[in-house]
Amino acid sequence: MRLNIALFGVAREIVGQPSLEIETAAGQSAQGLLSELHARYPALATLSSLAVAVNNEYAADDAPLHERDEIALIPPVSGG
Amino acid sequence: MIHIDLTDQPIGVADALRSVETDGAGAINTFIGTVRNRSTGRAVVRLEYEAYDSMALHQLRKVAEQAVAQWPMLQKVTVIHRKGTLHIGDVAVVVAVSTPHRAESFAACQYIIDTLKQVVTIWKKEFYEDGDVWVAAHP
Repeated sequence: MRLNIALFGVAREIVGQPSLEIETAAGQSAQGLLSELHARYPALATLSSLAVAVNNEYAADDAPLHERDEIALIPPVSGG
Repeated sequence: MIHIDLTDQPIGVADALRSVETDGAGAINTFIGTVRNRSTGRAVVRLEYEAYDSMALHQLRKVAEQAVAQWPMLQKVTVIHRKGTLHIGDVAVVVAVSTPHRAESFAACQYIIDTLKQVVTIWKKEFYEDGDVWVAAHP
């Protein structure tokens, strides 16, 4: 399946673009997606944390992803 | 009774305070976050806030709803966060709450700003004379 992933902050700068299309196995989990992205962009692994958001909620590690989901990478937040 | 906003325009603090006024409230408590001139020993020139808007608005509302669940006497809650370029002294965030009595107003206001900083998808980049850093990005 093909996932479209929105990128923000330091993750956007590491990847060098505001979004990313990635072809991955059907039913891939949030953690599995992170592992694939760490392999492609090793600098992502240097961050204090990196979460996956699905449809505006933080996803659990084992949450399965779907093509129509709105997916985003969430580096450490620093609002306030 | 919950008002949430994410804006690239200067925050009207007086308007935010007025938005939580209500006859049932004996206390209005506010937190105003402003841009400080130093960070970890370096002189800050300006900040840039970037947001994942749809998730930030959703999470801000959830934080406010959690506060109402925890302090059911909360009358009104307003949370407004800036994005874009800010300079020293600019208002970055305002949290305003109203309650019948003061103790709960302090507690709810602190809960909202503390939780906002942990979960809301907003990112701050600090710019110095000689470089820039995404705050909290690296250990």
